[in-house]
Amino acid sequence: MLIGFLVLLLLQFVGELIVMYTGMPVPGPVVGMVLLLIGLIVNGGVPEVLRQPSEALLKHLALLFVPAGVGLMLHFGLLKDDWLAISVALVVSTALAILITTLILNRSAKKLQQLEERK
Amino acid sequence: MEFWVFFSAKPLMWLIITIAVFLSSSWFNRRLGGTPILHPVLVSLALIIAFLLMTGTPYETYFEGAQFIHFLLGPATVALAVPLYDHFERVKKMLLPLVVACMAGAVTAAASALLVAQALDASTGTLLSIAPKSVTSPIAIGIAEKLGGYPSLASGLVLVTGALGCILAPPIYRILNVQDEAVKGFGLGVAAHGMGTAFAFEYGLMAGAFGGLAMGMTGAFTAFMLPLLIPLLGIG
Repeated sequence: MLIGFLVLLLLQFVGELIVMYTGMPVPGPVVGMVLLLIGLIVNGGVPEVLRQPSEALLKHLALLFVPAGVGLMLHFGLLKDDWLAISVALVVSTALAILITTLILNRSAKKLQQLEERK
Repeated sequence: MEFWVFFSAKPLMWLIITIAVFLSSSWFNRRLGGTPILHPVLVSLALIIAFLLMTGTPYETYFEGAQFIHFLLGPATVALAVPLYDHFERVKKMLLPLVVACMAGAVTAAASALLVAQALDASTGTLLSIAPKSVTSPIAIGIAEKLGGYPSLASGLVLVTGALGCILAPPIYRILNVQDEAVKGFGLGVAAHGMGTAFAFEYGLMAGAFGGLAMGMTGAFTAFMLPLLIPLLGIG
């Protein structure tokens, strides 16, 4: 469990280093995620020591967003001025994004299913 | 009062409060049948912000304790590779439609948010902070900085978007009659990043994995796309 956690931290660190030296506009942890995925594909499986800490972290993913979110309290001024624009923009754009993504994907997912049923 | 003065200065207290409030909000949410309108993250935010305002505690003091939780976002993002690997066969088969859907969804999210907010006279600072709203917090903060928006406002709007995604997705999926777990997870990940992904895990591990994939793809793509889109819309 501890070894797996160390691996996650090390890959995040390597990701941060790569981002620092290449100036990519992507955050370090995302690069670390890609590195881990490549590692798992090469390894051909997920070692149990890695699976335990990963699933423990992902199970409580929602909790990890709370500290940053409380930072909203720093922006009550701006929120008061632009609350209508912000709320309408967020609701409309979020609904549209889900709609477009799902419409495109649902069609190809159904096709794939039909292909597999024919086999 | 002595007790309060002593304890409120300790990072430990804010750590305890964050976890305790989140656990109670989750418990309360489950009792109500998991309604996303009272999403545990949103309820926790409201309660903690109210508490900080009532006690006159600055955000910086709170974050001294809460940063230990915030820090885990990094390794958790790396860990998303595990469920992704578990469903890698499925991802490989659908790679092209996934890329197309992600790009279309990301452009739709940013462009429609900017156009609506612009039409309703939002200030430029607000516009530039709204632009990365569908992207996972660590990426969104970086994007807002680069564009000249307010990073902490951006991270707050990201969370509100995340909760909205969890509220809006289930009825949209019902109307479109979406059955496929992978599609459900992917849509949530594109529109509502990590919170959508966390919500997708409730549909199942496959949905969660596709949510994580969508979150990573959308974040990386949006970071490159926004600097091109924003001058196109005449903002900034």
